[in-house]
Amino acid sequence: MAELTYREAVAAGIAQEMRRDPSVVFLGEDVAGAGGVFKTTAGLLEEFGPDRVVDTPISEQAILGAAMGAAMTGLRPIAEIMFSDFFAVCWDLVANEIAKTRYMTDGMAGCPLVIRSGNGAGLRFGAQHSQSIENWAMAVPGVKVVAPSTPADLIGLMAASVRDPDPVLLFEHKALYPTKGDVPDGEIVDELGRARVLRDGSDATVVALALMVPRAMEAADMLAADGIEVTVIDVRSLVPLDTATILASVAETSRLFTVEENPRLCGWGAEICSIVGEDGFWDLDGPIVRITTPHLPLASAPKLEDLALPDADRITATIKTALG
Amino acid sequence: MPVSGAPYGEHQIVVPEAFDESLKDAPIELDVRIEMFRKQHEIRQLEKRIYDLFLQGLVRGTSHLSIGMEATGAAFGVALRRDDYSFATYRGHGHTVARGVGPEPIIAELLGRATGLVGGKGGSMHLTSVEHGMMGCYAIIGAHLCIANGAAWSAKVRGTDQVAVAFFGDGATNIGAFHEAVNYAANYRLPTIFVCENNLYMEYTPIAEVTPVKHPAADRAPAYGMDATVVDGNDADAVYLAAQAAIERARSGGGPSIIEAKTYRQGGHSRADPGQYRPDPEVEAWLAHDPIPMYHQRLLDLGVGEDRLAAIIGEVAAEIDRATEAAKSAPEPAAEALWTNVWADGGSQWRN
Repeated sequence: MAELTYREAVAAGIAQEMRRDPSVVFLGEDVAGAGGVFKTTAGLLEEFGPDRVVDTPISEQAILGAAMGAAMTGLRPIAEIMFSDFFAVCWDLVANEIAKTRYMTDGMAGCPLVIRSGNGAGLRFGAQHSQSIENWAMAVPGVKVVAPSTPADLIGLMAASVRDPDPVLLFEHKALYPTKGDVPDGEIVDELGRARVLRDGSDATVVALALMVPRAMEAADMLAADGIEVTVIDVRSLVPLDTATILASVAETSRLFTVEENPRLCGWGAEICSIVGEDGFWDLDGPIVRITTPHLPLASAPKLEDLALPDADRITATIKTALG
Repeated sequence: MPVSGAPYGEHQIVVPEAFDESLKDAPIELDVRIEMFRKQHEIRQLEKRIYDLFLQGLVRGTSHLSIGMEATGAAFGVALRRDDYSFATYRGHGHTVARGVGPEPIIAELLGRATGLVGGKGGSMHLTSVEHGMMGCYAIIGAHLCIANGAAWSAKVRGTDQVAVAFFGDGATNIGAFHEAVNYAANYRLPTIFVCENNLYMEYTPIAEVTPVKHPAADRAPAYGMDATVVDGNDADAVYLAAQAAIERARSGGGPSIIEAKTYRQGGHSRADPGQYRPDPEVEAWLAHDPIPMYHQRLLDLGVGEDRLAAIIGEVAAEIDRATEAAKSAPEPAAEALWTNVWADGGSQWRN
């Protein structure tokens, strides 16, 4: 067991897979010589060389095209899109090409690749470098979507994503990079489509993702101080989605709260609420409540950004009010 | 207002230069030429059949024919090695045929049948046959140039000396992905060959009205430190020589090439377009510059008998007739096919 930062876990996860499989290659802007703008990929160039760790021009379409063509012809590429906001300039490759190739060719061609990206707010970067766009991705049939919240999950889900024969978008949360966590020794391989129950409580189920997971856990402590015990579930994987774990928990607690960083409309939590409304309705004992960033672009000023994102106080207050 | 200032439909016409008769003496083996002759006929006759099937109401959706543009695909189809990669556009029937895919699965795909090349899931714009190196037809302009780079990069990493060819239209040269792809390929000396089939029109608007250079692909090449070749795209021999040189360069580590093949689509952009924006004298000039009768005459001039050429044309026609009937009598996809092959496990499940 070692303690790693979430930042260090990125390179550890990529390196684990590159050591295992020579067909794994890695490309992106500033990822090799500079070790990544967030220093998440330091050391990879030194260990694996410039043929497998490639600094690219600022050409997101060229990056994802290269990853796709390579994936179709025998490699297992990992591509970095530096900030997830930049998916907007290469979304054709994701939504029209990578996601649809297997279906359009009736299984003849596939794209076993991983696109990892820095997602989310908290760094005061303003509206074009802070978005949570995992809900854009999950709206497209044909791509898998994961968003780990701890260093160990990051390594394990990275490995599962690289080994998966289908395209996976892996969202790292930028504000989590300095956070630390225990990482088991040896190879770590997780599973896509598996949520994790982090805390058990009988009064409500709180479902969260990425940066919202530690905030939901903090809120759970605050609620416990007031005698309210909640279950906290880290969704981890949006596609495939582990609805069974969520529905089983709602069957125990009878209440559901989602904590989402994405702007409100069509956030991932809306889909979970819809599923619980259809499949878990008779288990419910009160309204389903979504706790989200308002439907706003994000502001840069610390005070305004903090007001926009759900924090432990807002999560706690919302749950207390809703539970009456 | 375009630079030319010409009102819509009254733009300056572009007529072809005469065929280069000296190409008759080019160092191209006769059996290679016979194969290019055959492929051009396979493409022409298939496209004509598809057009007929439209008129009969049997082909739904859209389709983009390459009648008049057969020489480029045919020449590359012969010049490429079997394990090389082709990436084409929605106007990709010809390029698919050129890599050796027979007419039956193509017609069946357009008719929405279970026996279609991609099971009825792709349709006219997404023909793919990995076993033939036909890595797909791509219907959003530009992306596949970037994707071809990936296949070229993969070949380089795997040390296989395969090359990747991306075919695209003149319209693609003004989208960002073209410039990203060409820069990327040049920078990493990838074995990618960019083949612009310049048929003078994007969809309805002449490329010259929206592009400040004469050769929309070739004239951009110097910006990326690349040489480019402009060829008569209606002369299979001219395209073949350019293809050979580019393939050899790519295979030997010399990096990417741009080839601009000047050609003309004899019909409209798609089935919905009669192409009436094209001035009559221009259409007439290009109909007289048809790749197929020219090549027929060239082979006669080279001493190939008319009976041999007629036999090839007849064989192709018979196969297209047979393929049409087989495709027409094939079943539609089973309802379960809707749910298959989203994921590698064969299914489409996104939740447990």
